[in-house]
Amino acid sequence: MDIDLITQVLFAAIKTGTPLLFIALGEAICEKTGVLNLGQEGMMLMGAVVGFMAAYATGNAGMGIIGAMLIGMLMSLIFGFLVLHLGANQVATGLALTIFGTGLSAFIGASVVGHTITGFQPLNIPLLSEIPVLGKVLFSHDPLVYLAIVLAILIGFVANKTRVGLTIKAVGENPHAANAIGIKVLKVRYLAVMFGGAMAGLGGAYMSLVYTPMWVENMTAGRGWIALALVVFASWRIGNIVLGAYLFGLASIMHLVLQGMGWSISPNLLAMLPYVATIVVMVIIGADKYKEKLLAPRSLGKPFDPRQMA
Amino acid sequence: MIRVQARTEPSTLMTFASPFLAIVLTLIFGSVLFSALGKDPIQALHVLLVLPLSDAYNISEMLVKMGPLLLCAVGLSLCYRANMWNIGAEGQLLAGALGGSAMALQFVDSDSALAMPLTLFAGILSGMAWAAIPTYLKTKFNSNLILTTIMLNYIALYLLIWAVHGPLRDPAGFGFPESALFSDATLLPVLFDSGRVHLGVVLAVLLALVAWFLLSKSHLGFKIRVYGADEPAATYAGFNAKAISWFVMLFAGALAGLAGVAEVAGPIGQLTPNISPGYGYSAIIVAYLGRLHPAGAIIAATFLAILYMGGDLAQIEMGIPIAVVGMFQGVLLFFLLACDFFIRYRIVPSRENMA
Repeated sequence: MDIDLITQVLFAAIKTGTPLLFIALGEAICEKTGVLNLGQEGMMLMGAVVGFMAAYATGNAGMGIIGAMLIGMLMSLIFGFLVLHLGANQVATGLALTIFGTGLSAFIGASVVGHTITGFQPLNIPLLSEIPVLGKVLFSHDPLVYLAIVLAILIGFVANKTRVGLTIKAVGENPHAANAIGIKVLKVRYLAVMFGGAMAGLGGAYMSLVYTPMWVENMTAGRGWIALALVVFASWRIGNIVLGAYLFGLASIMHLVLQGMGWSISPNLLAMLPYVATIVVMVIIGADKYKEKLLAPRSLGKPFDPRQMA
Repeated sequence: MIRVQARTEPSTLMTFASPFLAIVLTLIFGSVLFSALGKDPIQALHVLLVLPLSDAYNISEMLVKMGPLLLCAVGLSLCYRANMWNIGAEGQLLAGALGGSAMALQFVDSDSALAMPLTLFAGILSGMAWAAIPTYLKTKFNSNLILTTIMLNYIALYLLIWAVHGPLRDPAGFGFPESALFSDATLLPVLFDSGRVHLGVVLAVLLALVAWFLLSKSHLGFKIRVYGADEPAATYAGFNAKAISWFVMLFAGALAGLAGVAEVAGPIGQLTPNISPGYGYSAIIVAYLGRLHPAGAIIAATFLAILYMGGDLAQIEMGIPIAVVGMFQGVLLFFLLACDFFIRYRIVPSRENMA
């Protein structure tokens, strides 16, 4: 493998990992408060289509980002209402959100299939982008790649070093105790669910505004699900999520690498790689029962009903 | 004014009424949506719900769609009752279609009486094998079943696409990604002179009845219900959790596999890249709408099949995109989950002194 190929592979791995990073960061915060939202794929698809349509209509990719985050939040509110207010099963509601989002995005996106837009241009960071190899791999990306990293640092700081982070942790570990000391459990969970929705929308917008850039039905191809696996893989730690997202990004483009190296395997078989990698990761995490029990937010997936407190 | 009060006992009435209420709410939502789109809502609902039942041909096409939905949903109902979150019916269906096709293509020039049974058998076995992978990973390595089954859906799809572009492609097919047409001896018999209702549809209903009997009358069914309702109690009673997990998953895999092979050896007659419009995912909704009960699944699968059929007709007659069906399914499940709130709670007038 020559250095040019390695440079391109690492560059593409970061790009491919970026939407996963957005979604996983949002879902990690959501899960830290004890809410498991399996609707990531649906919110992501809605973010992708609405982001694309907003950018197409206004000619401004920035508007696309805003639209995508708003629709992600709106979608997450449906989930939040059912799960938090009505105490519906989180797994079933998340699945419903994904099925709904998949259908609705195909429905409203039918009119813009085949259109193209100008997405974000690469932002070469002065001086740093001129470093050989590293400059190309790290410092000549589109602005959203940097945004993802900045957000990761911010979220990591808030989750680990601030009062907000402690509140989130308290609600996720023991909602009854949190309620007893005056924390509004449902409010915290609502905010976390909406944050997750906005981030999933952003991840979707990355797909349709930067990665491809266009809208195709079902274009996220299971990335929302892979991001869910990524959160568990990272043991709900923000630093691990960043690392894991780029690793998954690398796994997702391995088929291009293998083809580039002259392997003559069917592209359809190679396209299975990210999904196989996800299963392998699930096996590795699950095998260590002690670890998962210790690290998962203790109230994850369990409803909290203030009505039963009275 | 009113307030919400927890019921002391879950309401049996609401358990049965909730799916119907959810359907009515979904139809109201649909009417509003169609009006907003400038389509006549009455005409749209007529096309979606009445037209599919209006003549023998449409009814037979509806039944052809009901078969795979029902097969997948019955299996999922058992899985969900046993707390096995199997989202993999789609992958198991595709695996069944792929395995069945591989067998069927051995009989392309044959009129052997074994062709059809062996093809069905291969499909069922393939579905079971595909379901066995996540079950093994779950029971042995404690892997998250939801995520492994979803990933296996994608893997099955790529495997199928690879097969129709590669080993199973018709050598005389001008390079199209399709297998050779199956021989008549391989195809499932068609029941009525008009339409395409085949043996698979009958098998689906029969198997739903078998599952009903199994669940409500057999000791195994009792264990599944106890295990799902109260896992610690089941463990205390000495029920073998792994055995229950294996049983429901292999049962679901077999039924989904049968659904897949019955599609390729039934209405389609060959292996193509698009054999399922997401039956395995819709079956999740059928299972919930049918209250995780095989008998309920028969009613729910019929309703969703009408919706599928109506979606096809709405696209032809009114230019409404077919994706509307997928959206309605999501909305239906939302409304169902919301209505289920009233199984555990009721709204009562609040007393004056409480206000």
